[in-house]
Amino acid sequence: MDTSKVATSNATTAATASKPSKIGALGNWADERLGLAAMGKKNLRKVFPDHWSFMLGEIALWSFVVLLLTGVFLTLWFVPSMGEVQYNGTYEQLRGVHMSEAFASSLNISFDVRGGLLMRQMHHWAAMLFVASMMIHLLRVFFTGAHRKPRELNWVIGCLLLILGTLEGFTGYSLPDDLLSGTGIRAADGFIKASPVVGTYMSFLLFGGEFPGESIIPRLYVVHILLIPGLLLALVAAHMLLLVYHKHTQWPGPGRTEKNVVGYPMLPVYAAKAGGFFFIVFGVTALLGGLLSINPVWKYGPYDPSKVTAGSQPDWYMGWPDGALRIMPGIESEIWGHTISWNVMLPILILPVVMFIILLLLPFIEAWVTGDKREHHLLQRPRNAPTRTATMVALMTMYGLFWAAGGNDIIAIRLHLSINQITYFMRAAVVIGPVLAFIITRRWCISLQRKDNETLLHGYETGIIMRSPEGGYTERHLPLPASTAYTLTARHRDPEVNGHHEAVDANGVAAPGTGRLEGLRTRLRTLMWSDNVQKPTREELDEGHHHAEHEHELQAGLDHSADGHQFDGHHLVEDETLRGH
Amino acid sequence: MRLLNRSAGRLSRHRRGPLAGVAVLLLALLSVGGLYTLFSPASADETAASADQVAQGRELFLVSCAFCHGQNGEGVRTTSGDQLGPSLVGVGSAAVDFQVGTGRMPMVQPGAQVPRKPETFSDEEIAALGAYVASLGPGPAVPDEGDYSLEGLSDEEREAAIVRGGQIFLTNCTACHNFEGSGGAMPRGGYAPKIRGVEPRYIYEALLTGPQNMPNFSNGNLSPDEKRDVIAYLGSLEEMPNYGGFGLGGLGPVTEGLAAWILGIGLCVGAAVWIAAHTTRTNKKKVDA
Repeated sequence: MDTSKVATSNATTAATASKPSKIGALGNWADERLGLAAMGKKNLRKVFPDHWSFMLGEIALWSFVVLLLTGVFLTLWFVPSMGEVQYNGTYEQLRGVHMSEAFASSLNISFDVRGGLLMRQMHHWAAMLFVASMMIHLLRVFFTGAHRKPRELNWVIGCLLLILGTLEGFTGYSLPDDLLSGTGIRAADGFIKASPVVGTYMSFLLFGGEFPGESIIPRLYVVHILLIPGLLLALVAAHMLLLVYHKHTQWPGPGRTEKNVVGYPMLPVYAAKAGGFFFIVFGVTALLGGLLSINPVWKYGPYDPSKVTAGSQPDWYMGWPDGALRIMPGIESEIWGHTISWNVMLPILILPVVMFIILLLLPFIEAWVTGDKREHHLLQRPRNAPTRTATMVALMTMYGLFWAAGGNDIIAIRLHLSINQITYFMRAAVVIGPVLAFIITRRWCISLQRKDNETLLHGYETGIIMRSPEGGYTERHLPLPASTAYTLTARHRDPEVNGHHEAVDANGVAAPGTGRLEGLRTRLRTLMWSDNVQKPTREELDEGHHHAEHEHELQAGLDHSADGHQFDGHHLVEDETLRGH
Repeated sequence: MRLLNRSAGRLSRHRRGPLAGVAVLLLALLSVGGLYTLFSPASADETAASADQVAQGRELFLVSCAFCHGQNGEGVRTTSGDQLGPSLVGVGSAAVDFQVGTGRMPMVQPGAQVPRKPETFSDEEIAALGAYVASLGPGPAVPDEGDYSLEGLSDEEREAAIVRGGQIFLTNCTACHNFEGSGGAMPRGGYAPKIRGVEPRYIYEALLTGPQNMPNFSNGNLSPDEKRDVIAYLGSLEEMPNYGGFGLGGLGPVTEGLAAWILGIGLCVGAAVWIAAHTTRTNKKKVDA
């Protein structure tokens, strides 16, 4: 018997060993030395779930790759030096002007290096996209509850990536040494000097003497091309290793549990999707870089502390502390002959740090409030965690208002408003706005929960208007398909809260942890859950279906194909014929 | 003569025709326009302000300006001590040419900012108004075109003038008018207007007379040549191609950030939705096992 002709799989033809190919031989050679096959067998088939919102982090990853590629190009020509030179390049309006070598080389890249301006603009646009996509990724994670156990540390890494990306952006737009970037460094110098006692010393340390000195550009350059990118790379790697280790979260649905991942394998599906997405992000960056002017340094001219331009703003991600600074009332106090500039310290040195710490701690605060120690791999819809969703929307509102305040002068001239009135409005709005946003979002989520229950119990609206023999009109409701109903109900019930902390439980056992903090925790738990709408119980569902069946019986005579409800997207229509009764 | 009579008769026959009115109107407009171009004053400097012109200017002034500026241009104060209209003694015809020529005066209502609008007066009337105001006291005259053009300079001198103008612009003007002359905000609803595309004469006059919140750059402060250089630099920005692509209004990082979010993130998220919506297709052919 020729054993080579015996089928070893359940396919139709027997598997036979063909002649080893050259590539196979090479693969074998590598496998014997690196053990790739065992690793690849597991990882190439790694499954990822499919949803558009899971690809937002990828935008950040790919724009980071674009940043690395274009950044390497720029380093080849950029001269990080504040040595003074006379410009004699192509750009006529600045020919003969004295400037730093950094600025001269930026002009050189823009006008005399082939493709240089495109690379500069792509680099800058990619930086804007990098930070923006990290933020929308962060929002997606928080709104869907993907920051819960076991992913809290990955949340922390993500936050560190966000703050490092922001700093990387700041050092980047400071490098060309044009009027705008110099103004930014000047502002940074002021912020450092606003810190009490040590401010002046820190400024001297950073600038190697009095501002501007000659060391700041070379120092920022090292930070920008070596220190922060290195940290970013390491943290991106850690972020993704943890992603692989935890496995990706997924939306609940039939067949999806806390213990599996339903989706497509890395090879060939996700390799193609993610690889394709890289080219799309690259393409978008190239499109922006090729068509839209960004940071036209030649128009700003070289930095000179005696000059400034209207519309001096930082890049968008530094805009919100700038906005806080712009609307801050001018408060100062003097202690033993030292001025404490609250007007600079509060909005720039304290507020962003506090906000960042809050962001960092969000998963831990939530876990403390809920006391939830379970692992979560199934996502929550934002409406099913109304208080959490409302918290983030409140933070977003605060951010957005500070952000808008950072563009107060542009808003004033474009919308013909008074910059003073914008400032007064914003001072109140940054406090009132988030509170309103919290209340509205929370109630909105609860209403949506109620709507889900409504659909579960009474069916969905078919759009078919029924006329009863008495002449009354009703809209016909039909029960949801089982899979949709499952998806809607695949969530935990929230624990019951009664609003006050009990030191002793029903069995007379002392509750763990008492004291003021525990009281706060109980109040927060109440806020978190008390108004939520819980999914219907089995009895309620049964009753709802029973009721619906009764109604269908009454409408039985009218139940024929021509009513068209089969084509509403909730039913299989293979055997249906339109008007075929 | 007979020929003339005959043709006159022919014309006369058409005098009540449907197009006759239009034809006569066109003829009248053409002759008035032609005569106007022949006799209109070339520039304030060339023709010394005649007494007639001053008189005409005074007439116009009394009708359109005196309510706020006073019947002799002495300025008017409100009962609360605020200035309704400032004194015009010594502002010169340059100020009139700027304010009236750009349509800012006569203003529609008092407010934080007098906006530019279509002008109310003809060039001739503006010149008359200018002559009248100049007669109130010595002040800067409307500049000559030679004052702000680079005519007669060699290429090298032109380039040097533009570079110098750029540096003066960045030192003195950008703090309010923005690095590209796109304009900027001033306190309480005021603003430094956009100065891209403004006629050189008006820029020169604005520098000379310091309208509204703008400081006055006298000739001792910025010499006439330096004023000319600033204007030349602004002109060179106009002529320069947009090297980086569409300029997003020349407003700096705010509009760039908007573009990054709306276009950049919009396109990328749109692509993500598209990719996620197009997933693998299984081969429906059944395997016969």
